[in-house]
Amino acid sequence: MTLAPPLGGRRDGRTDGPRRGPGSGARAVLRSPLVRYLAVRLLLVLPTVLLLLTAVFFLMRATGDPVTTAFADRLTPAQLQQKLHAAGYDRPLFTQYLDYLRQVATGDFGRTATDNRAVTEVLRTYGAATLELACWALLVAVAVGVPLGALAARYRDRAPDAVLRLAAVLGYATPVFFVGLLLKLVFAVGLGWLPVAGRASIGTELRLQDLSDPTGLYLLDALRSGDGAAVADVLRHSVLPALALGLLLAGVLLRLVRTHLIATLDAEYVEAARSRGVGGLRLLSRHAARPALVPVVTVLGLQVAGLLGGAVLTETTFEWKGLGYQLAHYLTARDFAAVQGIVALFAVVVAVVNFLVDALAALIDPRVRY
Amino acid sequence: MTARRRILSRLLPQRVRGSAGPQRAMLLTGAVLTALLLLTALLAPWLAPWGHAQLQDGGALFGAQRPPGDGHPLGTTAGGYDVLARTLWGSRTAVAVIGLALLLSVLPGTLLGLVSGYLGGWTDRLLVGVADALYSFPSLLLAILMSVVISGGRSSLGGGLTAAACSVALVFVPQYFRAVRAEVLRVKGEPFVEAARVIGTGHLRIMFRHVLRNSVRSLPLLLTLNAAESVLTLAGLGFLGFGIEPNSAAEWGYDLNRSVSDVTSGIWWTALAPGVATVLAVLGITLLGESLNDLSDPRLRRRRAPAPVTPLPAAKERARA
Repeated sequence: MTLAPPLGGRRDGRTDGPRRGPGSGARAVLRSPLVRYLAVRLLLVLPTVLLLLTAVFFLMRATGDPVTTAFADRLTPAQLQQKLHAAGYDRPLFTQYLDYLRQVATGDFGRTATDNRAVTEVLRTYGAATLELACWALLVAVAVGVPLGALAARYRDRAPDAVLRLAAVLGYATPVFFVGLLLKLVFAVGLGWLPVAGRASIGTELRLQDLSDPTGLYLLDALRSGDGAAVADVLRHSVLPALALGLLLAGVLLRLVRTHLIATLDAEYVEAARSRGVGGLRLLSRHAARPALVPVVTVLGLQVAGLLGGAVLTETTFEWKGLGYQLAHYLTARDFAAVQGIVALFAVVVAVVNFLVDALAALIDPRVRY
Repeated sequence: MTARRRILSRLLPQRVRGSAGPQRAMLLTGAVLTALLLLTALLAPWLAPWGHAQLQDGGALFGAQRPPGDGHPLGTTAGGYDVLARTLWGSRTAVAVIGLALLLSVLPGTLLGLVSGYLGGWTDRLLVGVADALYSFPSLLLAILMSVVISGGRSSLGGGLTAAACSVALVFVPQYFRAVRAEVLRVKGEPFVEAARVIGTGHLRIMFRHVLRNSVRSLPLLLTLNAAESVLTLAGLGFLGFGIEPNSAAEWGYDLNRSVSDVTSGIWWTALAPGVATVLAVLGITLLGESLNDLSDPRLRRRRAPAPVTPLPAAKERARA
């Protein structure tokens, strides 16, 4: 694993606010500033992930180890020492760290101490569950947040705007697990329309596991199995978790869309279009919405971290067996390898999404690059 | 009405007095809810019918999962606590954690931002890198990791409060760092700083007297936002089981965690009260912060928006008129 070389004075625009001068002479070096910009951004992903991995490595070891956590009250000190030695936890911390890095560099994240599975396999299995949840949530967020945001911008400072704004603040103020519990109370327990928890009923889950080469994305697997009942079952289980997590994001999206649409609705070219007789939906979607898209997508990319945090809570609320649900479990057991693996994956996901969003913004809007 | 207005105008800065309509409603709602939270926290021992960890009254156990009724206006939890008492006492924990977390994050964050922005160079680059890494990582996970490190995940007594506050604070330090650093970078180039340097003022004095004082104007807004977020983070920690033990203090997130299984069997009263309390607390602080922000300099608001195609269209229109 190579560290990124020390970088020139420029960083991504997001961190430094607007008042940063252009990179000195950087443009002259490389012919295409876009390529250089993207390369620098990509290289910044590595140190970020490495930093978090290092922090988690040492922090976790400061809190105990899986062997002591599991056996402290059952074994004599001598036996415990022997087990620690066998697991390699009694070696100098720095040696362990270097070993771990070497391992990670080859793509091997070790095995979990509690249930002895390859961490990469754990990440794949539960990562698919979390990915599925996140996709559903994004779908809900876009379906709810974008039209409502446009509505608020259209009726700016009038009654619909005020109501929507309050709704957005309320959406922010309500913890995602409380939303989840309320949804459960009403739709699962009260009305009995939807299942209370889980990703699928046991029958469906067994059926999906029988598939050759399952993706772990239940909807995809269910569709491949060609069983209508399984698809319906998976969908029914997804509704409430998707709503709980999606509504959290919808509030953010609503406000973003509103703010940026208002900014573009005030722009002169929109006024020009209006004076040419363009109106209603066409004015909003064609003239105002397009330029507002870039900042919305950029800030939405930053929400990925929040989405993952929300996913942890949603998964716990609905016993959705994803990364977050497992993380709490592994943390309690001080399962280093598993926790480090999950954290690293989260860090990579956040960093890569941020990179993609920045790249997208740079491609669409030349002003993003200096 | 007039009396209230007079009190209002004395308490709040001039801009607030000029508020009207929905903005004023937002401001007042926020202020009332926040005041309610603080009052409840202050008066919890007198307001709450029972102690936060009380299981029995004169030898008779409360009983678990009793529906709202005699002696327990909001029922009892699965653990046999009184729901109303837990909820009221919970405000105390929330306020304590807000206060502690802000204290622990504002000072280091501001100082680091000041030093980093002022010195520049390698220190700056390193600190920015660390802050960015922390900032881009899911804050709740960061808080969980911290709470595991500080208290081993399960906290007894006051240690639990500190652990929760530290976890929350760690998440906020990068935010203050970034806000203050950005301002310091701007102020550093101002003529008065240069003037101070020319007449031979020391770095420390320039940093604290000239730069710092001009770099903290965005902090009050950040403060309210973070106060609201710390309530959410605390509840999230408690909900995941990394918060405060039930007999050391009442905490809404923990109570909500316990109520997950209740909800499945149709018991609604154990979830509703702590949940609503959390929502009201966060809502109050958020509304207060937001409306104060709205009412502050409108040019500031414009500047926060990403560069519009025509900068300050309102100003242009005024010029045209």
